[in-house]
Amino acid sequence: MAIELKMPALSPTMEEGTLARWLKSEGDAIRSGDIIAEIETDKATMEFEAVDEGTLGKIMIPAGTAGVKVGSVIALLDGEGEAPAAAVEASAAAPSPVPVDTPAAAAPVPVAAKKDPEVPVGTNMKSVTVREALRDAMAEEMRRDSRVFVMGEEVAQYQGAYKVTQGLLDEFGPKRVIDTPITEYGFAGIGTGAAMGGLRPIVEFMTFNFAMQAIDHIINSAAKTNYMSGGQMRCPIVFRGPNGAAARVGAQHSQNYGPWYASVPGLVVIAPYDSSDAKGLLKAAIRSEDPVVFLENELVYGRSFELPELDDHVLPIGKARVMREGRDVTIVSYSIGVGFALEAAEQLAAEGIEAEVLDLRTLRPLDKQAVLDSLAKTNRVVVAEEGFPVCSIASEIIAICMEEGFDHLDAPVLRVCNEDVPLPYAANLEKAALINAEGIVKAVKQVCYR
Amino acid sequence: MAKPASKNTAAAKAAVATEGDELPALRSLQDAFAAKGKYPASDQELLTFYEQMLLIRRFEERAGQLYGLGLIGGFCHLYIGQEAVAVGLQSALKEGHDSVITGYRDHGHMLAYGIDPKVIMAELTGREAGISRGKGGSMHMFSTEHKFYGGHGIVGAQVPLGAGLAFAHKYREDGGVCMAYFGDGAANQGQVYETFNMAALWQLPIVFVVENNGYAMGTAVQRGSAETHFYRRGTAFRIPGLDVNGMDVLEVRAAAEVALDYVRAGNGPVLMELHTYRYRGHSMSDPAKYRTREEVQEMRDKHDPIEAAKAELLARGMAEDKLKEIDKRIRQQVSEAADFAENSPEPELSELHTDVLVERY
Repeated sequence: MAIELKMPALSPTMEEGTLARWLKSEGDAIRSGDIIAEIETDKATMEFEAVDEGTLGKIMIPAGTAGVKVGSVIALLDGEGEAPAAAVEASAAAPSPVPVDTPAAAAPVPVAAKKDPEVPVGTNMKSVTVREALRDAMAEEMRRDSRVFVMGEEVAQYQGAYKVTQGLLDEFGPKRVIDTPITEYGFAGIGTGAAMGGLRPIVEFMTFNFAMQAIDHIINSAAKTNYMSGGQMRCPIVFRGPNGAAARVGAQHSQNYGPWYASVPGLVVIAPYDSSDAKGLLKAAIRSEDPVVFLENELVYGRSFELPELDDHVLPIGKARVMREGRDVTIVSYSIGVGFALEAAEQLAAEGIEAEVLDLRTLRPLDKQAVLDSLAKTNRVVVAEEGFPVCSIASEIIAICMEEGFDHLDAPVLRVCNEDVPLPYAANLEKAALINAEGIVKAVKQVCYR
Repeated sequence: MAKPASKNTAAAKAAVATEGDELPALRSLQDAFAAKGKYPASDQELLTFYEQMLLIRRFEERAGQLYGLGLIGGFCHLYIGQEAVAVGLQSALKEGHDSVITGYRDHGHMLAYGIDPKVIMAELTGREAGISRGKGGSMHMFSTEHKFYGGHGIVGAQVPLGAGLAFAHKYREDGGVCMAYFGDGAANQGQVYETFNMAALWQLPIVFVVENNGYAMGTAVQRGSAETHFYRRGTAFRIPGLDVNGMDVLEVRAAAEVALDYVRAGNGPVLMELHTYRYRGHSMSDPAKYRTREEVQEMRDKHDPIEAAKAELLARGMAEDKLKEIDKRIRQQVSEAADFAENSPEPELSELHTDVLVERY
């Protein structure tokens, strides 16, 4: 019986990859541990190692094939003493995409969003991943200002744990792209001190879960100094990295810290969704005189969105963005939640409910006026947030609607968040714990009394 | 079993080369310091040190009084007894070029860096004219003009921040050094060792200064520290140590020069331990149950850094009248600072919402 060699998942969020190169040919003897092929993901090129022994039979996916789904059969391995499995047509003939049941796979295809009014009409657009947009933002700002440098774990030689800093070491050298030891509290403090000393550090956390070890410097050292010094001592620093749930990494690696940081005066907190906002707002963050917490999302890194081709694409901090216009209800969201909100809006449109989707983009200072303006227009609000429901950004939006938009409300404001539990590992439990478009659709219908 | 043979040889070599439990390279600065002896201050220099220490002493005494009168609130940590440390060390720095950072017991370091006592005292009383415009208080004072970077209330946080300032000096290649002070209590914080590692790894121009006053709040050093010789705590990171009597301003100054020569030459960090003593409580609300009156009195009587400097000045032939004159002038200066701090207006209420962020969004 031939063993099927399947496209491996090389990271928790990988859905597909390119089969770059076969290192073995049909008929070659394969020993356990042999490197059979090279597989390229959007993050890196990885080696595919044999586990079973035998003879390489039919190669199903030729070298150079892009978009090979995780789990699809790429070759057959004949066990020792077996006849070569000639053409086992069956499932292998065409690599049928094997659905991967992860939130990433369930994530919506980006819907054509409403044009950002900040981008001049007629600007040429090109499709770029969020990962590249972030990298380009850093590279452009590093070219522009010699005080800007990046530090963090694996940002230099490894090219970034999530490949966001890919290529920066080559261009800017080790003085400005600095690998740190695994010591979040320490390097967050060093970065903060360097900002006090007049530099413009970008501190990358491999994920914001690890920034818990460093939160003292983010809050007590970076956020409060300008106030405590009567405006004398500034701290222009950007703390950035992936935030929120990834895929199947369990409770300690899956939390949205947006509400934590957004509760602290003295910080700017940004959580973009698409490539244009990622780039435009990261550039603004690096230029800001204030300390900025810049929350990215691992599941969105690999998604492509339209990015304006502008020499200097900088967006205003503190401004929400209408991603989709609608008259019946407002869905307020940010970060990955925007994708779910847009997906829900599509479904709702099919049922005759026109939802407006508002991406907050900046969590602090919050664009209250944009929320209230949209509320005044639709009279109904649902908040969609990938995060815990208690003491959340959703809680804050609800308070704003109550305090300042009460007269415009035709229904109570509802929040659609993750379940109020540490994120479980089991695929079904994880799925049940996370926000999805169906939940948003349901809440919208509830506030529309439908 | 044959494998570890070479290892054993190496270990044996290392053992032979080690004196006690320290690598000789890590003791080299101590040896240089011992060979150097006390700093050969001119009469004028010694007089300046005396004046600076006396200013700190009188300033802190007055701050204690104002606290008792309710004019200073919250926490107030006095530097009385430790004056020789800040004065001796900072006299060796280039003011306005080298950076200084410390914890919450920060008044002395500011005065030693030439910052006006009026604006410090006005900050203690929470007035608009205070150096942080009344928004920082005793523990949170800064002067970017003097390159004094605080004044930090979280125990040990100033250590990585100081390494960041050193990083900035190195990045800009401006030749500056950061002096980062912390106490024997802060020396047990984990972030201190994270910083030692990176400072040594990246050869940052920083002098780590442990002001060992014997007590982490109310906990005596030997009750809270497995290794009470703080100057040895850089050994694991190959940071050379210096063990210094912090009650003698000339010894402190001499040690500072040894440390700074090493750091300025691009060799990376140095860890200094300054043995000192605070006469007053940890803060103003200290019950003082953890040590005896006699212990404090003994230090005051026999090891006071200001009395020692005074005795040396007199021995050098300085007229007693001149010292009295100086004392009077400093009392006057401190009184003026106190009057200023007491009579300055509190911040306008409109200041409540300013300085939260620098920019408008």
